[in-house]
Amino acid sequence: MKTETPVATYSLPAIGAHWLVAVLILALLPLGFYMEGLPLSPTKLQLYSWHKWMGITVLVLAALRLGWRLVRRPPPPLPAPAWQQQIAELTHVLLYVLMFAVPLSGWLMSSAKGFPVVWFGLLPLPDLVGKDAALGDLLKEVHMVLNLGLAALVALHLAGALKHHLIDRDSTLFRMLPFKK
Amino acid sequence: MKKLVLTSLTALLLAQPVLATEYTQLDSHASELEFQYQQMGVKLNGQFRRYEAQLKFDPAHPEQASVQFQVDLSSIDTGSPEANGEVAGKDWFNLAQYATARFNSRSVKALGGQRYEVTGPLTLKGQSRDVKAVFSFKESAGKAQFDGTFTLKRLEFGIGSGSWGDTSIVADPVEVRFHLVANPRKP
Repeated sequence: MKTETPVATYSLPAIGAHWLVAVLILALLPLGFYMEGLPLSPTKLQLYSWHKWMGITVLVLAALRLGWRLVRRPPPPLPAPAWQQQIAELTHVLLYVLMFAVPLSGWLMSSAKGFPVVWFGLLPLPDLVGKDAALGDLLKEVHMVLNLGLAALVALHLAGALKHHLIDRDSTLFRMLPFKK
Repeated sequence: MKKLVLTSLTALLLAQPVLATEYTQLDSHASELEFQYQQMGVKLNGQFRRYEAQLKFDPAHPEQASVQFQVDLSSIDTGSPEANGEVAGKDWFNLAQYATARFNSRSVKALGGQRYEVTGPLTLKGQSRDVKAVFSFKESAGKAQFDGTFTLKRLEFGIGSGSWGDTSIVADPVEVRFHLVANPRKP
Protein backbone atom coordinates (compact mmCIF):
# COMPACT_ATOMS: atom_id res chain seq x y z
CA MET A 1 0.00 0.00 0.00
CA LYS A 2 1.36 3.40 -1.01
CA THR A 3 1.45 6.32 1.34
CA GLU A 4 1.27 9.97 0.39
CA THR A 5 3.85 11.08 2.94
CA PRO A 6 6.82 12.60 1.07
CA VAL A 7 9.92 10.44 1.15
CA ALA A 8 13.19 11.92 2.31
CA THR A 9 15.31 12.54 -0.77
CA TYR A 10 18.98 13.20 -1.34
CA SER A 11 20.00 16.87 -1.37
CA LEU A 12 20.35 18.56 -4.75
CA PRO A 13 24.18 18.72 -4.66
CA ALA A 14 24.27 14.99 -3.88
CA ILE A 15 21.85 14.27 -6.73
CA GLY A 16 23.82 16.43 -9.16
CA ALA A 17 27.15 14.85 -8.25
CA HIS A 18 25.67 11.33 -8.44
CA TRP A 19 24.40 11.76 -11.98
CA LEU A 20 27.51 13.58 -13.13
CA VAL A 21 29.66 10.71 -11.86
CA ALA A 22 27.23 8.23 -13.43
CA VAL A 23 27.55 9.86 -16.86
CA LEU A 24 31.34 10.06 -16.52
CA ILE A 25 31.74 6.43 -15.48
CA LEU A 26 29.44 5.22 -18.25
CA ALA A 27 31.55 7.19 -20.76
CA LEU A 28 34.92 6.31 -19.23
CA LEU A 29 34.47 2.54 -19.09
CA PRO A 30 33.89 1.88 -22.82
CA LEU A 31 36.30 4.67 -23.78
CA GLY A 32 39.07 3.04 -21.75
CA PHE A 33 38.59 -0.39 -23.31
CA TYR A 34 38.28 1.13 -26.80
CA MET A 35 41.23 3.54 -26.81
CA GLU A 36 43.68 1.02 -25.41
CA GLY A 37 43.73 -1.06 -28.59
CA LEU A 38 44.07 1.85 -31.01
CA PRO A 39 47.28 2.35 -32.99
CA LEU A 40 49.13 5.54 -32.07
CA SER A 41 47.45 8.53 -33.70
CA PRO A 42 46.44 12.07 -32.79
CA THR A 43 42.97 10.71 -32.04
CA LYS A 44 44.38 8.18 -29.60
CA LEU A 45 46.37 10.86 -27.76
CA GLN A 46 43.24 13.00 -27.60
CA LEU A 47 41.10 10.15 -26.23
CA TYR A 48 43.74 9.31 -23.64
CA SER A 49 43.87 12.91 -22.50
CA TRP A 50 40.07 13.14 -22.28
CA HIS A 51 39.96 9.84 -20.40
CA LYS A 52 42.50 11.11 -17.87
CA TRP A 53 40.73 14.46 -17.47
CA MET A 54 37.37 12.76 -16.90
CA GLY A 55 38.90 10.20 -14.55
CA ILE A 56 40.47 12.88 -12.37
CA THR A 57 37.10 14.66 -12.40
CA VAL A 58 35.50 11.50 -10.99
CA LEU A 59 38.17 11.41 -8.28
CA VAL A 60 37.46 15.02 -7.33
CA LEU A 61 33.70 14.44 -7.36
CA ALA A 62 34.11 11.30 -5.25
CA ALA A 63 35.98 13.32 -2.63
CA LEU A 64 33.34 16.06 -2.73
CA ARG A 65 30.54 13.50 -2.41
CA LEU A 66 32.19 11.81 0.52
CA GLY A 67 32.66 15.17 2.22
CA TRP A 68 29.09 16.17 1.47
CA ARG A 69 27.78 12.92 3.00
CA LEU A 70 29.32 14.03 6.29
CA VAL A 71 27.65 17.45 6.03
CA ARG A 72 24.26 16.22 4.84
CA ARG A 73 23.55 12.64 5.79
CA PRO A 74 21.83 10.61 3.06
CA PRO A 75 18.19 9.70 3.71
CA PRO A 76 17.68 6.42 5.59
CA PRO A 77 17.02 3.38 3.38
CA LEU A 78 13.43 2.47 2.61
CA PRO A 79 12.01 -0.67 4.22
CA ALA A 80 13.36 -3.84 2.60
CA PRO A 81 14.55 -7.26 3.71
CA ALA A 82 17.74 -7.05 5.76
CA TRP A 83 19.85 -9.02 3.27
CA GLN A 84 18.85 -6.64 0.49
CA GLN A 85 19.77 -3.65 2.62
CA GLN A 86 23.10 -5.26 3.42
CA ILE A 87 23.85 -5.89 -0.24
CA ALA A 88 22.84 -2.33 -1.11
CA GLU A 89 25.06 -0.99 1.67
CA LEU A 90 28.01 -3.11 0.58
CA THR A 91 27.54 -2.09 -3.07
CA HIS A 92 27.54 1.57 -2.11
CA VAL A 93 30.67 1.21 0.02
CA LEU A 94 32.50 -0.64 -2.77
CA LEU A 95 31.35 1.89 -5.37
CA TYR A 96 32.88 4.60 -3.21
CA VAL A 97 36.09 2.61 -2.80
CA LEU A 98 36.34 2.18 -6.57
CA MET A 99 35.46 5.81 -7.30
CA PHE A 100 38.77 6.51 -5.59
CA ALA A 101 40.77 3.41 -6.49
CA VAL A 102 40.06 3.39 -10.23
CA PRO A 103 41.14 6.97 -10.99
CA LEU A 104 44.08 6.65 -8.59
CA SER A 105 45.29 3.46 -10.30
CA GLY A 106 44.99 5.23 -13.66
CA TRP A 107 46.92 8.24 -12.38
CA LEU A 108 49.58 5.92 -10.91
CA MET A 109 49.81 4.06 -14.23
CA SER A 110 50.19 7.29 -16.17
CA SER A 111 52.99 8.40 -13.82
CA ALA A 112 54.76 5.04 -14.05
CA LYS A 113 54.54 5.10 -17.84
CA GLY A 114 56.18 8.51 -17.87
CA PHE A 115 53.17 10.61 -18.83
CA PRO A 116 52.33 13.30 -16.30
CA VAL A 117 48.63 14.08 -15.97
CA VAL A 118 47.68 17.69 -16.72
CA TRP A 119 44.02 18.14 -15.74
CA PHE A 120 42.15 19.64 -18.70
CA GLY A 121 45.56 20.47 -20.18
CA LEU A 122 45.88 23.26 -17.63
CA LEU A 123 46.61 21.94 -14.15
CA PRO A 124 49.71 19.73 -13.93
CA LEU A 125 49.24 17.04 -11.28
CA PRO A 126 52.26 15.64 -9.45
CA ASP A 127 53.66 12.29 -10.56
CA LEU A 128 52.68 9.72 -7.93
CA VAL A 129 55.58 7.38 -8.79
CA GLY A 130 58.70 7.65 -10.93
CA LYS A 131 58.92 6.28 -14.45
CA ASP A 132 59.09 2.49 -14.28
CA ALA A 133 58.01 0.36 -17.26
CA ALA A 134 57.41 -2.84 -15.24
CA LEU A 135 55.37 -1.00 -12.62
CA GLY A 136 53.45 0.69 -15.43
CA ASP A 137 52.48 -2.67 -16.93
CA LEU A 138 51.45 -3.98 -13.52
CA LEU A 139 49.33 -0.91 -12.83
CA LYS A 140 47.68 -1.33 -16.22
CA GLU A 141 46.51 -4.79 -15.09
CA VAL A 142 45.38 -3.39 -11.75
CA HIS A 143 43.49 -0.58 -13.47
CA MET A 144 41.76 -3.08 -15.76
CA VAL A 145 40.78 -5.52 -13.00
CA LEU A 146 39.43 -2.70 -10.84
CA ASN A 147 37.40 -1.50 -13.82
CA LEU A 148 35.89 -4.93 -14.39
CA GLY A 149 34.88 -4.82 -10.73
CA LEU A 150 33.48 -1.33 -11.18
CA ALA A 151 31.48 -2.40 -14.24
CA ALA A 152 29.99 -5.31 -12.28
CA LEU A 153 29.08 -3.07 -9.34
CA VAL A 154 27.55 -0.43 -11.60
CA ALA A 155 25.44 -3.19 -13.19
CA LEU A 156 24.35 -4.44 -9.76
CA HIS A 157 23.59 -0.89 -8.59
CA LEU A 158 21.56 -0.23 -11.73
CA ALA A 159 19.73 -3.55 -11.42
CA GLY A 160 18.87 -2.75 -7.81
CA ALA A 161 17.53 0.69 -8.69
CA LEU A 162 15.41 -0.70 -11.53
CA LYS A 163 14.12 -3.53 -9.37
CA HIS A 164 12.95 -1.03 -6.75
CA HIS A 165 11.43 1.20 -9.37
CA LEU A 166 9.78 -1.31 -11.67
CA ILE A 167 9.07 -4.33 -9.47
CA ASP A 168 8.75 -2.99 -5.93
CA ARG A 169 7.41 0.30 -7.31
CA ASP A 170 8.81 2.16 -4.33
CA SER A 171 10.46 5.58 -4.11
CA THR A 172 14.11 4.48 -4.06
CA LEU A 173 14.91 5.92 -7.48
CA PHE A 174 12.93 9.09 -6.87
CA ARG A 175 15.15 9.87 -3.89
CA MET A 176 17.98 10.36 -6.39
CA LEU A 177 15.98 12.41 -8.88
CA PRO A 178 15.66 16.21 -8.78
CA PHE A 179 11.89 16.03 -9.33
CA LYS A 180 9.22 14.42 -7.21
CA LYS A 181 7.00 11.52 -8.01
CA MET B 1 83.62 49.21 1.98
CA LYS B 2 86.43 46.88 2.81
CA LYS B 3 84.29 43.99 1.64
CA LEU B 4 83.57 45.78 -1.62
CA VAL B 5 87.27 46.30 -2.28
CA LEU B 6 87.95 42.67 -1.55
CA THR B 7 85.16 41.53 -3.82
CA SER B 8 86.42 43.77 -6.60
CA LEU B 9 89.92 42.47 -6.18
CA THR B 10 88.73 38.89 -6.30
CA ALA B 11 86.69 39.62 -9.41
CA LEU B 12 89.73 41.24 -10.99
CA LEU B 13 91.88 38.25 -10.20
CA LEU B 14 89.29 35.84 -11.56
CA ALA B 15 89.02 37.89 -14.71
CA GLN B 16 92.71 37.45 -15.46
CA PRO B 17 93.13 35.38 -18.61
CA VAL B 18 93.95 31.83 -17.68
CA LEU B 19 96.03 29.64 -19.93
CA ALA B 20 93.69 29.32 -22.88
CA THR B 21 92.88 25.80 -23.98
CA GLU B 22 91.20 24.79 -27.18
CA TYR B 23 88.54 22.15 -26.72
CA THR B 24 88.03 19.83 -29.65
CA GLN B 25 87.11 16.35 -28.42
CA LEU B 26 83.46 15.71 -27.71
CA ASP B 27 82.94 13.30 -24.82
CA SER B 28 79.66 11.86 -26.05
CA HIS B 29 79.31 9.55 -23.04
CA ALA B 30 79.28 12.49 -20.67
CA SER B 31 77.17 14.64 -22.98
CA GLU B 32 73.39 14.82 -23.27
CA LEU B 33 71.13 15.87 -26.08
CA GLU B 34 67.53 16.20 -24.95
CA PHE B 35 64.34 17.72 -26.20
CA GLN B 36 61.08 18.71 -24.62
CA TYR B 37 57.80 18.61 -26.49
CA GLN B 38 54.24 19.19 -25.46
CA GLN B 39 51.32 16.84 -25.97
CA MET B 40 47.87 18.22 -25.07
CA GLY B 41 49.35 20.39 -22.36
CA VAL B 42 51.65 17.65 -21.06
CA LYS B 43 55.37 18.39 -21.22
CA LEU B 44 57.35 15.31 -22.20
CA ASN B 45 61.07 14.76 -22.47
CA GLY B 46 63.04 12.78 -25.00
CA GLN B 47 66.63 12.39 -26.00
CA PHE B 48 69.04 11.31 -28.71
CA ARG B 49 71.65 8.80 -27.64
CA ARG B 50 74.05 8.91 -30.61
CA TYR B 51 75.64 11.97 -32.12
CA GLU B 52 79.05 13.22 -33.21
CA ALA B 53 80.63 16.61 -33.37
CA GLN B 54 83.67 18.24 -34.84
CA LEU B 55 84.22 21.24 -32.68
CA LYS B 56 86.74 23.78 -31.62
CA PHE B 57 86.25 26.25 -28.85
CA ASP B 58 88.94 28.40 -27.29
CA PRO B 59 87.55 30.67 -24.57
CA ALA B 60 90.25 33.20 -25.45
CA HIS B 61 88.98 33.37 -29.05
CA PRO B 62 85.30 32.44 -28.96
CA GLU B 63 84.62 34.15 -32.29
CA GLN B 64 86.84 31.53 -33.94
CA ALA B 65 84.87 28.67 -32.43
CA SER B 66 82.95 26.32 -34.67
CA VAL B 67 80.96 23.12 -34.51
CA GLN B 68 79.63 20.60 -36.98
CA PHE B 69 77.11 18.40 -35.26
CA GLN B 70 75.53 15.21 -36.59
CA VAL B 71 72.71 13.41 -34.83
CA ASP B 72 71.80 9.81 -35.60
CA LEU B 73 68.03 10.26 -35.56
CA SER B 74 67.40 6.55 -35.15
CA SER B 75 68.84 6.86 -31.64
CA ILE B 76 65.79 8.84 -30.55
CA ASP B 77 64.02 8.03 -27.32
CA THR B 78 60.74 9.92 -27.13
CA GLY B 79 59.96 8.47 -23.72
CA SER B 80 57.60 5.72 -24.91
CA PRO B 81 58.33 2.63 -27.03
CA GLU B 82 55.12 3.10 -29.03
CA ALA B 83 56.11 6.64 -30.04
CA ASN B 84 59.69 5.57 -30.81
CA GLY B 85 58.31 3.27 -33.50
CA GLU B 86 55.92 5.91 -34.80
CA VAL B 87 58.48 8.70 -35.27
CA ALA B 88 60.61 6.58 -37.62
CA GLY B 89 57.82 6.77 -40.20
CA LYS B 90 57.25 9.13 -43.13
CA ASP B 91 55.04 11.59 -41.24
CA TRP B 92 57.78 12.11 -38.67
CA PHE B 93 61.51 11.81 -39.33
CA ASN B 94 61.28 9.43 -42.29
CA LEU B 95 64.44 7.70 -41.11
CA ALA B 96 64.70 5.50 -44.20
CA GLN B 97 65.47 8.61 -46.21
CA TYR B 98 66.78 11.12 -43.66
CA ALA B 99 68.80 9.34 -41.01
CA THR B 100 70.90 12.27 -39.84
CA ALA B 101 70.27 15.75 -38.56
CA ARG B 102 73.08 18.29 -39.02
CA PHE B 103 73.95 21.57 -37.45
CA ASN B 104 76.85 23.60 -38.82
CA SER B 105 77.77 26.74 -36.98
CA ARG B 106 78.25 29.90 -39.00
CA SER B 107 79.21 32.24 -36.18
CA VAL B 108 79.81 32.25 -32.44
CA LYS B 109 79.41 35.46 -30.50
CA ALA B 110 80.43 36.18 -26.90
CA LEU B 111 77.57 37.65 -24.89
CA GLY B 112 79.64 38.23 -21.76
CA GLY B 113 79.57 36.38 -18.47
CA GLN B 114 80.63 33.06 -20.02
CA ARG B 115 77.59 33.10 -22.25
CA TYR B 116 77.75 32.74 -26.00
CA GLU B 117 75.46 32.61 -28.96
CA VAL B 118 75.95 30.24 -31.85
CA THR B 119 74.11 30.63 -35.14
CA GLY B 120 73.93 28.38 -38.14
CA PRO B 121 71.73 26.17 -40.29
CA LEU B 122 70.05 23.10 -38.86
CA THR B 123 69.21 20.49 -41.48
CA LEU B 124 66.47 18.05 -40.64
CA LYS B 125 64.42 15.91 -43.01
CA GLY B 126 65.84 17.73 -46.03
CA GLN B 127 64.92 21.18 -44.69
CA SER B 128 67.45 23.77 -43.52
CA ARG B 129 66.58 26.56 -41.13
CA ASP B 130 68.82 28.93 -39.26
CA VAL B 131 68.78 28.40 -35.53
CA LYS B 132 70.32 30.46 -32.78
CA ALA B 133 71.30 28.88 -29.48
CA VAL B 134 72.54 30.61 -26.36
CA PHE B 135 74.87 28.50 -24.29
CA SER B 136 77.07 28.81 -21.25
CA PHE B 137 80.65 27.64 -21.03
CA LYS B 138 82.30 26.25 -17.93
CA GLU B 139 85.67 24.61 -17.36
CA SER B 140 85.90 21.98 -14.68
CA ALA B 141 88.41 19.20 -14.09
CA GLY B 142 90.13 19.89 -17.39
CA LYS B 143 86.92 19.52 -19.37
CA ALA B 144 84.68 22.04 -21.03
CA GLN B 145 80.96 22.00 -20.40
CA PHE B 146 78.59 23.71 -22.78
CA ASP B 147 74.97 24.02 -21.70
CA GLY B 148 72.38 25.58 -23.93
CA THR B 149 68.91 25.48 -25.43
CA PHE B 150 67.08 26.55 -28.52
CA THR B 151 63.56 26.13 -29.73
CA LEU B 152 62.65 24.88 -33.16
CA LYS B 153 59.30 24.60 -34.85
CA ARG B 154 58.83 20.99 -35.86
CA LEU B 155 56.43 21.82 -38.71
CA GLU B 156 59.04 24.02 -40.43
CA PHE B 157 60.95 20.78 -40.93
CA GLY B 158 57.90 18.71 -41.77
CA ILE B 159 58.30 16.71 -38.55
CA GLY B 160 54.90 15.28 -37.72
CA SER B 161 52.97 16.01 -40.90
CA GLY B 162 49.61 14.71 -42.08
CA SER B 163 47.16 14.22 -39.23
CA TRP B 164 50.01 14.88 -36.78
CA GLY B 165 50.15 18.46 -38.04
CA ASP B 166 47.39 19.30 -35.54
CA THR B 167 49.31 21.44 -33.03
CA SER B 168 46.51 21.19 -30.47
CA ILE B 169 47.61 17.57 -30.01
CA VAL B 170 51.40 17.87 -30.39
CA ALA B 171 52.61 21.46 -30.07
CA ASP B 172 54.74 23.01 -32.81
CA PRO B 173 57.63 24.29 -30.67
CA VAL B 174 60.19 21.76 -29.48
CA GLU B 175 62.85 22.85 -27.05
CA VAL B 176 66.25 21.28 -27.62
CA ARG B 177 68.66 21.20 -24.69
CA PHE B 178 72.25 20.22 -24.89
CA HIS B 179 74.87 19.50 -22.29
CA LEU B 180 78.12 18.90 -24.14
CA VAL B 181 81.35 17.88 -22.49
CA ALA B 182 84.58 18.30 -24.44
CA ASN B 183 88.24 17.53 -23.82
CA PRO B 184 91.14 19.70 -24.92
CA ARG B 185 92.87 19.14 -28.23
CA LYS B 186 95.21 16.20 -27.98
CA PRO B 187 98.81 17.36 -28.12
